[in-house]
Amino acid sequence: MFNCMIAGVGGQGTVLASKLIAAAAMSRGFNARTAETIGMAQRGGSVVSHVRVGAEIFSPVIPLGGADLLIAFEPAEGVRQLKYLSKGGLMVVCENAVKPASGALGGNTYDAGEMLAYLRASVSNLITANGAELAGENIKTLNVALLGIAAGSGKFPFEAGAFEEALQQMINPRFLEMNIKAFEGGKNRWTIH
Amino acid sequence: MAKKLLMGNEAIALGAIRAGVRVVTGYPGTPSSEVLETVAKNNSGGQIYVEWSVNEKAALEVAAGAAYSGARALVTMKQVGLNVASDPLMSLNYVGVKGGLVLVVADDPGPISSQTEQDTRRFAGFAKLALFDPSSPEEAYEMAAYAFAHSERYGRPVILRPTTRVCHSCASVEISPEIARRTPPGFEKSSRWTIFPKLVYENHQKIEDELVRARVEFSNMSHNFYTGGNAAGKKGIAAGGVSYAYVRENLKEDECKLLKISTVPFPDALALKFLDGLEEVLVAEELDPVIEDELVRLCGVNGISAKILGKRTGHMPRAGENTPEIVANAVSAFLGNAKTVSPDGAPEPPRLPVRPPVLCAGCPHRASFHAVKEAVKGTPAVFSGDIGCYTLGNAQPLDMVDTCLCMGAGVTVAQGLQRMAPEVLHFAFIGDSTFFHSGITGIVNAVYNQTDIIVAVLDNSTTAMTGSQPHPGTGVTMMGGQSEKISIEKVVRALGVSEVYKADPLDQKAAKEAVRGAAAQKGVRVLLFESPCIALLRGKEKPKYKINPEKCTGCTLCVKKLGCPAVSMESRKAYITPGLCAGCGLCAGVCPAKAILSEGGGQNV
Ligand SMILES: Cc1ncc(C[n+]2csc(CCOP(=O)(O)OP(=O)(O)O)c2C)c(N)n1
Repeated sequence: MFNCMIAGVGGQGTVLASKLIAAAAMSRGFNARTAETIGMAQRGGSVVSHVRVGAEIFSPVIPLGGADLLIAFEPAEGVRQLKYLSKGGLMVVCENAVKPASGALGGNTYDAGEMLAYLRASVSNLITANGAELAGENIKTLNVALLGIAAGSGKFPFEAGAFEEALQQMINPRFLEMNIKAFEGGKNRWTIH
Repeated sequence: MAKKLLMGNEAIALGAIRAGVRVVTGYPGTPSSEVLETVAKNNSGGQIYVEWSVNEKAALEVAAGAAYSGARALVTMKQVGLNVASDPLMSLNYVGVKGGLVLVVADDPGPISSQTEQDTRRFAGFAKLALFDPSSPEEAYEMAAYAFAHSERYGRPVILRPTTRVCHSCASVEISPEIARRTPPGFEKSSRWTIFPKLVYENHQKIEDELVRARVEFSNMSHNFYTGGNAAGKKGIAAGGVSYAYVRENLKEDECKLLKISTVPFPDALALKFLDGLEEVLVAEELDPVIEDELVRLCGVNGISAKILGKRTGHMPRAGENTPEIVANAVSAFLGNAKTVSPDGAPEPPRLPVRPPVLCAGCPHRASFHAVKEAVKGTPAVFSGDIGCYTLGNAQPLDMVDTCLCMGAGVTVAQGLQRMAPEVLHFAFIGDSTFFHSGITGIVNAVYNQTDIIVAVLDNSTTAMTGSQPHPGTGVTMMGGQSEKISIEKVVRALGVSEVYKADPLDQKAAKEAVRGAAAQKGVRVLLFESPCIALLRGKEKPKYKINPEKCTGCTLCVKKLGCPAVSMESRKAYITPGLCAGCGLCAGVCPAKAILSEGGGQNV
């Protein structure tokens, strides 16, 4: 079984990313199971998607320490969900912080650098990515670009081509080209630091 | 046969379409809303009548009429929606149906997005209905068809009750061929459709007999079963819902007997076979100890001495969602093979930010709350709230929601508060969807009983919290057609409200004036704040705002007054995150230094 967790903040597009993984896996003959955060937390709260790929899967939720891959759309969310990453698992994290709205009112803020330093110290297989470089102005494609990095790492039990097909199937044709570009950009550019 | 990646709610919808459903009604509510939306999306040729009804009671009654006519009907809602629909449901079971009637009622252990942690399985017991409790999207798909067949065989409504982890999880679902459609025979007049005490007594007898029959039948139903019959030990586990999946994941093949329960009423005969030879049973389920209580009952009635361990004995948590870890730990403690976990010595992580849900950047509710707050500053006032995105107005810095109970309650709770403190201003905030759902009766109550309150309707032209569903104020229907919008202003005027003040909350000057006007009057006053939800503006985005760092004095007012997620402080200056700003301009209006400008060239609002 292959377990992938996606962590982010409501509005960053974690649900689409997890559906793309599940669809790609199914197209290669695997079964897939996901669990999504849909509801109140989508308004700027912490959200996670669990994606499990394999022959026989019972729970839709990944157990703690069970994720082979953790894709964090944001550093603090990466730290928050680190407990899910397996020993030796791969983490892909976007360096750019999404600060909580209440942060500026005092106390509830954080330093992205401190989060990344912590991740560098605790995760041996870590890929960090700069969101602005990855997605540029097009913040909406950040999810697909990060997926591209993960696919480029070769960690998934199927080849990256499966994602390209899934994108063709699931993305609105109007935004397809821009998403494929983001995916390829992610896939080609990043290696393990 | 083809496999499809389906979310649990999609699986239920496709399962119902496959079973030939003719009428689908409902009222939105997380985690149930995607069921009806999926039916509407897959309604080729408009063969199925689909509507978002005004509330859950109306939804069930519309569906009941269709089922009286012999058609298969589906009604969707979240668990608290069943409280609203409970009046028709209780009687409908006595009257019965001709076409299959399935209520999809989604429970939300946690709760993740709900105001209660009620267990609909208990409701089924109370209402004397059959209920099906899927543990995965695959089961939900199969059970949809089974539920229709069951409902028709017994002539009673039934409940299909997924939980959040089933509704919002995707799985590879095997798609089965369509079941042959029948044309509904139509309504036939008969005394059976009119409820009277004598009929109730007769039907009560029948219902009790049917429940006994269903217990027997459910012992042979494929989703109730046990495994591990050859296991040697004297311990067994019983589970239902997604907890079953968590148990399976932590159990080796045939490690012990495992009973899976998917129905109300309880399959007694099956459970007795399972109990045979067991000394201890651990029960894993979420919300109420329903399976646990049934096993205790069976043991008592049959003189079985097995110990039943679960929520009542402290072996399982009484509240909240089960996690794989909670179940794994309970199972390994029960089976006596607890793993010793060595601390991994990882350094303490840095302190993490909390992320409560917030009103979106550009949300017109923020502007409405801000206008009221500014306009009545210094005057004692209580702000009764209600349910919707605008409940999030309770957070700092807005702090404009003092109460929240259930849909429609804001208008009426305000009346009770007013009776006890007539000298204080009483505002009741209510969303447009909530207004139609259950706000109107409260306003009638206030008008007729001459209460002094200000009802502020936050009309964003949609049901935002649950994902932008239409309602009677929007003019949109689920059949793709247009309908005459029902005007909230005309409704409240017709109810006898003469003081109606209307404003676009993004025009803060006009909005504050409207508030002051209403505050100066007596009786029931209605403030109508009209501005569309930003989710409706896709493709019609407004120019964004940005800070002129030369002019920004770093006073932080824009941040501290509004709590907008797009506005923050960076190096002592205000900063607007370009990807987040929706261009409402509220921040520009509060900036004393006029340092916030529209990229569209506009000036301070
Ligand atoms: C009885 C009941 N049904 C459904 C829900 C789910 N629900 C919560 S908020 C909401 C919609 C609120 O819409 P509206 O009043 O227009 O406010 P908005 O979210 O648009 O601000 C619904 C349907 C509920 N909490 N209770």
